[in-house]
Order: sequence, then C-alpha cells, then structure tokens
Amino acid sequence: MAALEVEGLTRHYGEREALGDVSLSLAEGQTLVVFGPNGAGKTTLLRVLATLLRPHAGSVRVLGSSLPEEAWAVRGRVGMLGHEPLLYRELTARENLRFHARLHGVGEERVQELLDAVAMGARANEPLRTLSRGMVQRVAVARAVLHDPELLLLDEPHSNLDPAAIELVAPLIGAGSDGGEETRSPRRRTRVICSHDPGGDIARADVVLGLRAGRQALLRAAADVEVEEIAELYR
Amino acid sequence: MSGVQAPERPAQSTGSPVQTVGLWRTVGALLRKELLVELRTLESVPGMSLFAVTTFVVFHFALNRGSVEGDLAAGILWVTLLFAAILGVNRLFVADADQGGFDAFLLAPVDRGAMFIAKTLTLLAFLVVLELVAVPAFALLLLGTPLGPALPWLIVTLALGDIGVAVIGTLVAAMAVRTRARDLLGPLLALPLFVPIVIGGARAVSPLFVQSHVPAPAARWLLTLGLYDLVFGLIAYALFDFLLED
Repeated sequence: MAALEVEGLTRHYGEREALGDVSLSLAEGQTLVVFGPNGAGKTTLLRVLATLLRPHAGSVRVLGSSLPEEAWAVRGRVGMLGHEPLLYRELTARENLRFHARLHGVGEERVQELLDAVAMGARANEPLRTLSRGMVQRVAVARAVLHDPELLLLDEPHSNLDPAAIELVAPLIGAGSDGGEETRSPRRRTRVICSHDPGGDIARADVVLGLRAGRQALLRAAADVEVEEIAELYR
Repeated sequence: MSGVQAPERPAQSTGSPVQTVGLWRTVGALLRKELLVELRTLESVPGMSLFAVTTFVVFHFALNRGSVEGDLAAGILWVTLLFAAILGVNRLFVADADQGGFDAFLLAPVDRGAMFIAKTLTLLAFLVVLELVAVPAFALLLLGTPLGPALPWLIVTLALGDIGVAVIGTLVAAMAVRTRARDLLGPLLALPLFVPIVIGGARAVSPLFVQSHVPAPAARWLLTLGLYDLVFGLIAYALFDFLLED
C-alpha cells in the first residue's frame, strides 16, 4: 500500500514555480529522503504533503486520501517538523506540549513522557524564549511526534542539535520498531526527510528524491544512489 | 465547520481512525493558550487601556470644559473604545502568524471554527477588561452626569457593541494578518464595519448621559446592535474556514 502517491505535482508562489511536475510513490513504512539546494522546493513539497499548501496541478494522495479534497482525513495522522518549531515563545515547553496534546486529543501523561525523552524535564517550566535553539528544537521534535503520527515530515530535523541531542531524538523520529528504532506504535512509520547531508541520510532512506529549481532531478531506490550524484545537485 | 465527530477514515487507508477533538474542547485549549500568552506578554490589554485613558485626558483638555453630556459624551466614549479595540484587533493573530501557530492548528484534527470562536472570546475578554478601566476613567475625567444610574443599560449596550467588535475584529484580523501591510489593512477594513456599532452604541447610550436621563435606551438601537452582531457572527463563522486555507 502506498503512503504517498504524487503525480505531476506543481505549485506556484505568484508567478514563480516552486515545484514543477514532481511524481513519486512511497510505500507505507518507507523513508524518502529529499535532497536539493536552498530554494529547490523541498519545504514546499513537505507543506503540500502536510495539507498546508494546495497543489496547483497534478494529483497528490497522502495515506490514501486525495489532497486537497480529503485533507481533513489526513490531519492528525501527519507530524511535521519544519524550520519553525510551531511553538509559542512565551509559553513553557510543558505548556506548549499540553496545548498541542489537547488539539490532538492526547493525554497529559504523553507530555511528560516526551519531555523526559528529549531530556527537557528540568527546563520544562521555563518560557521557550529563554531556551537555546537546540533545546527548542528538542521540544519541537516532541511536538511533532506527540500524537504518534503515521507519516512524519522532517525538514532538516537535526538543525541546531548537537551530537548528543541528535542521538537523543533519534528514537522519536526513527522509522519504527521494524527499523530497529523505537516508537510507541508497533508499525513502521512512513517518513519524508529533507536533508543536505547525503553521507548520513542516504543510509536512512529507502527512496531518494533530488530536486533542483523545483524540478525532479533524481528519483531512485537509495541502494542505487551514489553520494556523488547528490553532490551534483548542489553544483 | 460543525463537524465535531470522528471522521470515518477512507476505506482504502490503513491504520487507526483519526479521532477529531470536540469543538468546545478545542475552543477551551485555544482560549487558555490565548490568555496565557497575553498574561505573559501584556501586549494587548494594557496598551488598549492606556490608549483609552490617555485619549480621555486629551479630550478633557482639548475640549476646554469640565464635563460633557448627551451625544457628545456618548460619541467620545464609543469612538475612544473602538480605536482602543483596534489595537487589540491588530495584535490578535500576530503570535500565531509569526510563531507558526496557524500551521500547528491546521495540522490538528480539529474544527477550524474553534479558532474563530476562541479568538472572538479572547477579544471579547480584552474589551471587557478595557472597559473596566476606561469607563470609570471616562466618568472621572469627562462625564458630567452620575454614572451609577446609567450603569445597567450602559453595560447592556456595551456588551452588544463588544460582541460586534469582537466578531468583526476577529474576521478582519484573520484577513489582514497574512498580508505584508497587516498593521494598516486591519484598521482600514475594520473601521467602516465598526461604523454601525458606533452609531447604534452612541445613540443608545446618549439618553443615559443627560441630567434627567431616561431609564432605558431606545429599543431600536439595541435591536440594531443585536441584529448586526447576529448577521456578522454568521458571516464570520461561515467565512473563517476559507481565511485559514492556503
């Protein structure tokens, strides 16, 4: 069963084409890693898949539902970690997570569980504006997986994180139990990861997508992709 | 927007069904967040209150008279309250737009109308606090008649006006916040829509601010305010979904 089916996806910002004629398919439980230079359309792709942007042409099916018509059926099943943490600076980490837990109908105990998982228990009652960017990113990871989503959309998830923190959040944004990385759910989680680190991230991928100026420059099984091909996208 | 039940998952999909969160639970969560953010930042209500009191002081000296009554008093009160409200309207969605609150809300399996209701209630709460400060200040600095006898009907009239301001303010703020000229666009859109509230509110309270004040304002002005609230409430609730869409 395909978790993502994208055919001829096009999206504009005004006159500028941010994504043009992108097509891909990803099975449930697989990980797609998207490479491409700044402005290649990676974030736009994630926002379309998250139902935050409408596709202007082409067809997009996410978790079996067609976008934008059935976007309501996708919400709550997707977790997104973008460039912005989607957290309120004046609220504490705990208050932010409690707020998101209420929006997703998740119990309070999950908030404490995740604060502990990202080692933020000791600073959980301090306003986010007083925390370092790395700490905020850890809380953002907790926010993205709070409702144990079936599909995780991760835009450079390791930005602002030190090596210890990367290790800390790895189980939370991992593929699932089959992949040897632990999550609450027994199933494998489908993931789309935007990255600039071919050395580290090709190993996590089942499928690799390369974007350049909004166009699909590469789509192949990760096993068949050479690091040099990814480097070529950035030249 | 009224769908508060769990939507059925499409047949071809796998996994567990998504349970939407009830409308009023969502409103509660949003309202709690709004009030917490305001308590921490004190960005809206103190500014609105200070603006109103300062304006009354300016009127006190600019009019060069100890007190005002009747139409003039009613006009000064309503115009000042509306301009103070604009400050709150302009700030209403700023934290959501700047800190990703919109995206977070749109990713959740919730009724989007909840945000409209929560924001309207938030603005309503801000207006009530504003008036708790501004009305006594107005009575002290400008009003030439005793406030006490006028108070019950003044509260009724202000409440009807506040509902309209909160509904229209929320709608306009949601329209303006995603534009580059949001600080300008908000007031430009809101003020014309507030005019009927100023007219209705001022005409309703004007008889209360005379020496031999009448016991109640004319019912037609209260009805006008109530009808305006109802019409704009329905329009805003129906439109709000589309304003949140891409």
